[in-house]
Amino acid sequence: MDAVLNSGDTAWMLISTALVMLMTIPGVALFYGGLTKKENVLNTIFLSFIAFAITSIIWVIYGYPLAFGTDVMGLIGNPMNILMNGIDVNALAPLAPTIPLLVYVAFQMTFAAITVALISGAVVERMKFSSWMVFVPAWITLVYIPISHWVWGGGWLAQLGALDFAGGTVVHLNAGIAALALVLLLGKRKDIRLLPHNLGYSVIGAALLWFGWFGFNAGSALSAGGLAGSAFLATNTATAAALISWVIIDIVKTGKPTVLGAITGAVAGLVAITPAAGFVTITGAIIIGLLVSVFCYFAISTVKARFGYDDALDVFGVHAVGGAWGALATGIFAAPFINSLGTGALYGNPGQILTQIIAILSVAAYTFIMTIIIAKVIDMTMGLRVEDKEEIEGLDTHLHEESGYRI
Amino acid sequence: MKEITAIIRPDKLEVVKEALQEIQCNGITVTEVKGRGRQLGITESYRGRDYKVDLLPKTRLEIIVNDEDLENVIDTIVKTAQTGDIGDGKIFVSAVEEVVRIRTGERGEKAV
Repeated sequence: MDAVLNSGDTAWMLISTALVMLMTIPGVALFYGGLTKKENVLNTIFLSFIAFAITSIIWVIYGYPLAFGTDVMGLIGNPMNILMNGIDVNALAPLAPTIPLLVYVAFQMTFAAITVALISGAVVERMKFSSWMVFVPAWITLVYIPISHWVWGGGWLAQLGALDFAGGTVVHLNAGIAALALVLLLGKRKDIRLLPHNLGYSVIGAALLWFGWFGFNAGSALSAGGLAGSAFLATNTATAAALISWVIIDIVKTGKPTVLGAITGAVAGLVAITPAAGFVTITGAIIIGLLVSVFCYFAISTVKARFGYDDALDVFGVHAVGGAWGALATGIFAAPFINSLGTGALYGNPGQILTQIIAILSVAAYTFIMTIIIAKVIDMTMGLRVEDKEEIEGLDTHLHEESGYRI
Repeated sequence: MKEITAIIRPDKLEVVKEALQEIQCNGITVTEVKGRGRQLGITESYRGRDYKVDLLPKTRLEIIVNDEDLENVIDTIVKTAQTGDIGDGKIFVSAVEEVVRIRTGERGEKAV
């Protein structure tokens, strides 16, 4: 690819960046907000908004240079360009040489923001807002930034050949494992039932996620061309397949299809196709989508019930399980005629599966341990959890002096 | 004089109200309430897990009638609020010792 600015690519990446921003606020915010009790709707939505704001600032101060700066021993980027100093507005991105570097910075910033916002779904209805405001910058700095460097910024997993088109390990596995670690420290809610107070919000949120995900996945082609189109179509196909497959599982297991099941299946499909979107054929996308609902459904209805952890809105069940499946499936289905950077087991490179497994296990282990450490320090200094009275009566009135509904 | 307390389905309020008006029973007090009957609510399923929702929204009507109108009003409510399914509600009847119309000071049956 010639290092010459292409205005078509640049326009598409600006749009994609805005689409990914839409996934966090209002996408994740509404998806999660509708699933909680009405006494916690504002707090739940607020967790996403504040996560987006905090990450936005960190990313332009030191986040981008540490994640995507010149590699230092495979572990972290060289932190030049603090506060974007030294970057000419017309400079082109080293990893995407037809678009301006500052557009690439903004695009990557939206990925960091949604990753941490996704974690909030596990901790809703009982975590202190002040602790969340400390957790977000700590986690972005110590967990997200190193991992995005390892996989995308030229770090050791990239050097090993791990494939992650748009964030199966960096975003979804990462967020899902962090969610699990956090809820293990935080403990169960007093009322652990999932009784959504307004499923309509969640439907709108899921629809915005699906829409925004085209920027997430097709944008990860980093250009407006054939690969972006292929990733776009694979994304939609896998999502549709996963929605249908969840609805069928619902009917088989309980006799009735549910709307929450359908939108959960759609999100699981989006998660699973994320690492694979720019590598697989339509057949691969359909198989990835059909199977992800089976794995996630099992994780949510059986594994969670068996072990009793209170992952309130199933962040681990959907994002860690779906993301791990997608990363593994990339190692199986990556087709070299779709993208020359990836060849999976089906096309004669069985070693790719091993590489994917190494990426999955190392990211999961690092995230789990670091998240436990961060959360433990916060718990010992300022406490993670709200008072019993605040939890029972709702976080909106107690933490924010506001109420979502006055009707 | 009797007080009729009727717990009915919220969606039946309009038809019950119209039917009561047709038999000249105009004075009603309506409250939105939550409750449960013998079947202890309903079961809802979210992401493959069942949850019991044991307090359902209902509508409560309070009506004071003279003794001779009692049966007619009860029949009207039963006929219009009935679907035959679980959750149709209940009617309670109790005696009323005195009724006073505040505007005029009238008492007893005249004030109903």
